[in-house]
Amino acid sequence: MSFITVNNLWKEYGDQVVLENLNLSVKQGEFCTLVGASGCGKSTFLKMLLGQETQTRGELLLDGAAFPAEPDRNRGIVFQRYSVFPHLTVRQNVLMGLELEQKPLLGRLFGSARKEALARVDAMLESVGLSPSANKWPHELSGGMQQRLAIAQSLIMRPRVLLLDEPFGALDPGIRSDMHNLLLKLWQETGTTIFMVTHDLKEGFYLGTRLLVFDKTRHDPHSPSAYGATITYDLPIGKTDRAVLEDIDHSVARTARYQAA
Amino acid sequence: MRLINRHPGRFSAILLGLLPFLLIMLIYSLASQQRLADNPNDKLLPGLEQMTAAVDRMAFQEDRRSGNYLMWEDTAASLKRLGMGVGIAASLALVVGLLNGILPLVRANFAPLVSALSMVPPLAILPILFIVFGLGELSKVMLIVIGTAPVMMRDVAQRVRELPGEQLIKIQTLGANSWQVITRMALPQTLPRLIDSVRLSLGPAWLFLIAAEAIASTEGLGYRIFLVRRYLAMDVILPYVIWITILAIVIDQLLRLANRKLFPWYNAGGH
Repeated sequence: MSFITVNNLWKEYGDQVVLENLNLSVKQGEFCTLVGASGCGKSTFLKMLLGQETQTRGELLLDGAAFPAEPDRNRGIVFQRYSVFPHLTVRQNVLMGLELEQKPLLGRLFGSARKEALARVDAMLESVGLSPSANKWPHELSGGMQQRLAIAQSLIMRPRVLLLDEPFGALDPGIRSDMHNLLLKLWQETGTTIFMVTHDLKEGFYLGTRLLVFDKTRHDPHSPSAYGATITYDLPIGKTDRAVLEDIDHSVARTARYQAA
Repeated sequence: MRLINRHPGRFSAILLGLLPFLLIMLIYSLASQQRLADNPNDKLLPGLEQMTAAVDRMAFQEDRRSGNYLMWEDTAASLKRLGMGVGIAASLALVVGLLNGILPLVRANFAPLVSALSMVPPLAILPILFIVFGLGELSKVMLIVIGTAPVMMRDVAQRVRELPGEQLIKIQTLGANSWQVITRMALPQTLPRLIDSVRLSLGPAWLFLIAAEAIASTEGLGYRIFLVRRYLAMDVILPYVIWITILAIVIDQLLRLANRKLFPWYNAGGH
């Protein structure tokens, strides 16, 4: 049985169809990148996986059971910005999840339990390369370091699914490729299932194991929101030839123009 | 160069800032001298000499009737009322504002009431307060509370709602329950904003304090000003007004410093 199953999934806001007839089956440990033009429902799909949105029709199953309707500790998230808590230092940010889990009332750990947790925190900071900044405030970090922190904060909970919503969209290109390497390393170490939304087609073309292209197959020039997007390409990464990628590039660009018109 | 692009240097900025104060003092002393030259017993524009004598009498000599130093007694009474009123109002604002800001069910239930209450002119219900709570301390403190709390509640709720939605989702993915979302995410980030809110509320708080003291009191800065008004004692009123202004500035700056020291992340642009 597959880990995540999507059957005939539709998402509509009133007259506006965002996603139509989505079908997908994902195994545990896969790393899926979601690409497509803006407004093609990538982020909406991610929000459904997160529990922030629910589908209008169809099924969305995790291990055969319906997805919980609110965010929980099994599904980590990293947004483009604002994922870390400005009032906590780097170390406290990563410690937060462990404290919340073990102390429902106080939300804080003391004594040996805290020491144990901090050892785990420091190991996590080490693996994302933030050890030298452990006692800094988030505003003292660069954009790339803040995203590392957000990833560390999520991964320490060992979530079953890690969701990334354009996590590197605001970073400089050089930093971005460092972040790709870090992400691949962490994915191999933890074996968690990853869904990453990206604007950058090239990023999607080589990062991860599976490329999902969200695109519209039908366009109504008089009413851009009449038809929703669906998954038009579902390809294994690394085994795809250039011509297909150019095809995708072309099709996504055309949809983007329709959306803008 | 355009006017909007011309900036004063450090020294000239200080000078420009001082200029209006010096100008007001100059105009006042000229007018005062003029009137005193015409009539040495003039009470409307007392000179520095009369005011110093009045401060000396009020602050550094025992009152002949009560044996107290009146200005200090007045200051202590007023600050106590102000502190209690603003303290209670800020505590209420924190609790109600936090819950209104973070729990949609509470917001649906209470936000309209808070909005309506904040529109009631507090001085219009001062008579009700005197009737209900009597003429003692309680009614004066209550006026400050009623006058400042609803606005602060709305402000705090608004600040809570301005926290990025991403943070709210993030803490849920770290397993937080509603109580933990409030205590570990919303509350710590609301405290510095509450202090800002209190600073803004201090102006109205002084207004309500002096209004209440003017009407029914036996000591206090506002009481004294309105008492000596009967004798046209501008030599007491003016120093009292200056003293109240100094107190207000000092309190405001102390709160600003406390905010900086207590919440280093907040003032360094970490929000």
